Amino acid sequence: MGATDAPDGRGRHRELGLTDHEYDLIVDGLGREPGDVELAMLSLMWSEHCAYKHSKKLLRRLPVEGPNVLVGPGENAGAVDVGDNLAIAFKVESHNHPSAVEPFQGAATGVGGILRDIFAVGARPIAVLDSLRFGEPADSPRSRYLLEHAVAGIGHYGNSIGVPTVGGEIYFEPSYEQNCLINAMAVGMAPHERLTSSAAAGVGNLVLLFGALTGRDGIGGASVLASAELTDADDAKRPTVQIGDPFAEKKLMECSLELLDRNLLASLQDLGAAGLTSSASEMASKGGVGLEIDVTKVPLREADMEPFEIMISESQERMLCVVEPHLVDRVLGVCEKWEVLAAVIGEVTDTGLFRVLRDGELVGELPVGLLVDDCPLYDLDPEPPTAALYVGGEQHVATDADPLTTLKALLASANISSRRPVFEQYDPVVQSRTVRRPEQADAAVLALPVLCARSGALDEPIPAIAVSIDGNGRRVAVDPRAGAAEVVYECAANLACTGAEPLGVTNCLNFGNPEKPHVAWQLSEAIDGLAQACRDLGVPVVGGNVSLYNESPDGPILPTPVIGMVGKLPDARAAGRLGFANPGDRIALVGEFHPARDGSEIAKLHGSAPAGALPVKSVAAIRAAHERVREGVRNRDFTSAHDIAEGGILVAIAECCIAGGVGAIINLPDGLDPFGEDLGTAFIVSGPSESLEGLPIIGVVGSRELVVTGRFNVAVSELSALHGQGLSALLSYAR
Amino acid sequence: MKFGVIRFPGTCDDVDAQLAAARVGEAALLWHRDRDLQGVDVVIVPGGFSYGDYLRAGAIARFAPVMESVIEFAHEGGLVLGICNGFQILCECGLLPGALLVNDHLKFVFRQVRLDVVDHNTPFTRNCPPSLSIPVKHTTGRYYSPEPVQVVLRYAPGENPNGSQDDIAGVVNNAGNVFGLMPHPEHAVDALTGSTDGLTIFESLRTAVGERVPVA
Repeated sequence: MGATDAPDGRGRHRELGLTDHEYDLIVDGLGREPGDVELAMLSLMWSEHCAYKHSKKLLRRLPVEGPNVLVGPGENAGAVDVGDNLAIAFKVESHNHPSAVEPFQGAATGVGGILRDIFAVGARPIAVLDSLRFGEPADSPRSRYLLEHAVAGIGHYGNSIGVPTVGGEIYFEPSYEQNCLINAMAVGMAPHERLTSSAAAGVGNLVLLFGALTGRDGIGGASVLASAELTDADDAKRPTVQIGDPFAEKKLMECSLELLDRNLLASLQDLGAAGLTSSASEMASKGGVGLEIDVTKVPLREADMEPFEIMISESQERMLCVVEPHLVDRVLGVCEKWEVLAAVIGEVTDTGLFRVLRDGELVGELPVGLLVDDCPLYDLDPEPPTAALYVGGEQHVATDADPLTTLKALLASANISSRRPVFEQYDPVVQSRTVRRPEQADAAVLALPVLCARSGALDEPIPAIAVSIDGNGRRVAVDPRAGAAEVVYECAANLACTGAEPLGVTNCLNFGNPEKPHVAWQLSEAIDGLAQACRDLGVPVVGGNVSLYNESPDGPILPTPVIGMVGKLPDARAAGRLGFANPGDRIALVGEFHPARDGSEIAKLHGSAPAGALPVKSVAAIRAAHERVREGVRNRDFTSAHDIAEGGILVAIAECCIAGGVGAIINLPDGLDPFGEDLGTAFIVSGPSESLEGLPIIGVVGSRELVVTGRFNVAVSELSALHGQGLSALLSYAR
Repeated sequence: MKFGVIRFPGTCDDVDAQLAAARVGEAALLWHRDRDLQGVDVVIVPGGFSYGDYLRAGAIARFAPVMESVIEFAHEGGLVLGICNGFQILCECGLLPGALLVNDHLKFVFRQVRLDVVDHNTPFTRNCPPSLSIPVKHTTGRYYSPEPVQVVLRYAPGENPNGSQDDIAGVVNNAGNVFGLMPHPEHAVDALTGSTDGLTIFESLRTAVGERVPVA
């Protein structure tokens, strides 16, 4: 009997977000109609958020293997080897829809969720980065509200839990007005042997839930919020947003890491979207076993919760682990030490079934495979758009303005001005590893060994990692394939400026509704571009996340793949800086730079829509330029290194002057567009002339003015003030 | 000499303080439920968010068993250093005068600030240069005291990050053995991470302990 014969059942599954076809598959798989608990569980596990049903086939195009990969996609976070028996685990994840509904808690729990992913694999979180998108701050009180509260939420969580927020990026575009993007990335460190799998193992072992009480918060978040377009009636969805408690997570983190240090766990998994249902079924699926859970054993915040509510609650700050029976008392002892609530709620079985009991009585029984693996995967119908998807905005600077006026407008613009009003709300130094914090270099640099009085004694190197996060929706909108590739090059360029070589990538793909052919085309093209660029640079993708349906009645967001990248530096003492420092240093241009204006910030300030074409790039030239910069920084030949990114070459040079508090005299190469962009290809470096041999010299560091020969002179202090106050001026809250 | 760094649930800068102290002496972590201070010469109440800073920053930590011993230790003349959340806790339990209020701009602030050392005649600042570059990071750092207090550190003119009364960044008690400050000296002990100025506070303590006549 199929769904079509069961008019009562039809309404139920549709309300939960399942299609009639999917419901028929469930009935076929089970051989019967699912019960209430079962349908609630299936509707979440078969949601876009959990099953990736519209993106999984495309994601198979990404390269996931490489010599440094320790854990690839599929676990809570991927991990790469950084030498000295150390692994770096990292992942980026979106919390867009919850943040659009309630930005403080949405952003806070986004950070909390990604941190749990990191310590679930056994790594101690050592850094957080975030990538944010909002509507235009000058025009939109809503965007200012979302920014203010999302930033406060990120700070509230990261600062309180003692993990430094070391980097990030923010862009403002009208298409994000209704759908802000909140992507959080976390990075953790572990000795190789402590990397932990979530695969449940050992029939007869016990399943133990520890952390916060289970309440009614977030029920249905994954299917209701994360897997459909937002509409005006979204205030009604506010109860589906979870509430974060960083203090509870701090205790949970220390407790989890101590349990792993003491070797007391067979496996560990965090509870995220779809709560117990998703965590437990994924553990069972990976381990090829069954599980039995009794909901009456789950510690509840509200006594009268129904079994289905307990199974799908998205209450935060909870972990699930599998423990051998003889170790349970010791596990409970560690939990007691950290004042973390813990309860044995079930056991591992050999049935391959996920059985849910209430006080011993069966209330749901599903094959693990049906829950985790049998959700249908859809092919998309990609079609390039026939009409422009995005329009231009207000004109902020005249197309015939003189270069100095244009430079000033760019430096003060929402997308290029200093992020200081934001990053001053985050602690970047806790844990005592931060060698480069925001505005000191193009990527954050974190020392790997604990720094002490003996560090670097006898000239021993201090190994370090560099981390960066990047995205550029405007340029991906111009050309999804080339734009997505450019994001990868740009992120790698950031690492090169600190002297780091990329080891791995995590990505978060933020797109509109994939059931619409033009969004499907953007997604498919962007994934091809990412895959190509990762292959070009030899960097594997070790994990990530997809956020679809970022669409409002006004249309889809700009296609926004966000890339997080981790690289390694042999010696933190040689980590690069972005600011000019030494008067008399020469300034050189590294790389093949072919700037153009389509999709650029200057085009935006001119009121143009993101359209046209991006510059064609030579992969060999990109690799050579990155290599040259990396080596120059590592050998301490360069005093500074900065990649030429949004705004073009003059903005990049001005940023080097502002960061160093020193001027420069520049002779721009003939015919070079001072405001065109070609991201990820070229760099501005400074150093003594003998260190820059073979590079085209375009200027010299010195004085308190930026002088562009034949064009203008301007005091660096004036540029610094414009750049420093640009964002504050656009945000009513800033001081 | 030996430092003891207290760890409450929610403390974040405990390991940082331990690493900084270990540059000048021995340093151990002290658990909040233990009353035994393990014979340390200096107690550090570190930064972070003890008990989540719920209710009010430092308000719950003051009731921890270990704090009974710390109060006793301080009353006997033992050296106590409270950093950020530790400063808040020392004010809450009455070892230091005044209180820390929410920043005048109502937001968390991280900033590398310049401090003027206005009293070098303390066990905490005797080796310090006249001016220090040390980061602050807090939401509740605006010092207020209705009565006159012994000021040790002030934010340099124009650098006050939170609206503190008279630019006060750190104070000692009347006996001079309990010191609280909002800036984080433990995050300024290595040139690689930004500054070494904070180390002079730990070095001052080493000197002070070295010169002390042991209590018979």
